[in-house]
Amino acid sequence: MLELYGTALASRLLLGTARYPSPAVLSDAIRAARAEVVTVSLRREGAGERAGQGFWSLIRALGVRVLPNTAGCHSVKEAVTTAHMAREIFATPWVKLEVIGEDDTLQPDVFGLSEAARILCAEGFEVFPYTTEDLVVAERLIAAGCRVLMPWGSPIGSGRGLSNLFGLSALRAHFPEVALIVDAGLGVPSHAAQAMELGFDAVLVNTAVAQATDPVAMAGAFAQAVEAGRAARLAGPIEPRDFAAPSTPVVGQAFLR
Amino acid sequence: MRILVNGVWRETAGRELAATLEELGYGGRIVSTALNGEFVATEARARTVLADGDRVEVLAPMQGG
Repeated sequence: MLELYGTALASRLLLGTARYPSPAVLSDAIRAARAEVVTVSLRREGAGERAGQGFWSLIRALGVRVLPNTAGCHSVKEAVTTAHMAREIFATPWVKLEVIGEDDTLQPDVFGLSEAARILCAEGFEVFPYTTEDLVVAERLIAAGCRVLMPWGSPIGSGRGLSNLFGLSALRAHFPEVALIVDAGLGVPSHAAQAMELGFDAVLVNTAVAQATDPVAMAGAFAQAVEAGRAARLAGPIEPRDFAAPSTPVVGQAFLR
Repeated sequence: MRILVNGVWRETAGRELAATLEELGYGGRIVSTALNGEFVATEARARTVLADGDRVEVLAPMQGG
């Protein structure tokens, strides 16, 4: 079982809820993914609008846990205030902490992130920081009180998969006891399988499912890939090597030259 | 009194945040509020007095990644 801040989960696929063609497709995708945790957000709502209320009813009806994010926040203050607002509305201490530092790549501002994580952990939040694979930053976040880290695979929504395999492998090796969830940039199920094979505890996917031609089918494909990757990790993959090693035994081979 | 609600200037009569939200049509809605960048919890809205030029944010659940 995956354990996140003391909560045991059977599914290792977390799903984002944005950019689906319709609320019905979103519901079906969450079911197809067998996701137990979905990310949500907060946005301005006018008095005459009902979109937010309808969305929240839909999510509650599915019986999944929510992980509110601080998407779009560029400063520590914005992120901390948004976390407070999310904690009240979603009634959870969980927060996916995003402090964005660069708009083209949506790369996290790891300095602001560390500071916001320190503040929120001290206030009793259970922080899931959206970070890079940087080991020193990871160390700071853990020192701040984070027990889960969410390193990026590649920029949000890019679909490029795991850009820095070496860095992600090093992160996994350095922090064997911390729950590590690859968040952002996965494009196809093989990327998710690869993250799981590297030993990551879970993956979070949104755009790759929501913007697929058939999001529900893609959600199911990601669920299979996550299970396959996890099973492979537990099974102990072989080490890559530079030269061929015959798989058919050579002993007893006929001499026919 | 003129206050900025979600980036739009509004003329309101209410002095407290709770009364102002009712007046603006947010009564009974699941929303979270901030005043001038600081979170205001639901139970604090009735005693939070607004001043001319205040910035109020009214946020609701939304899809997110």
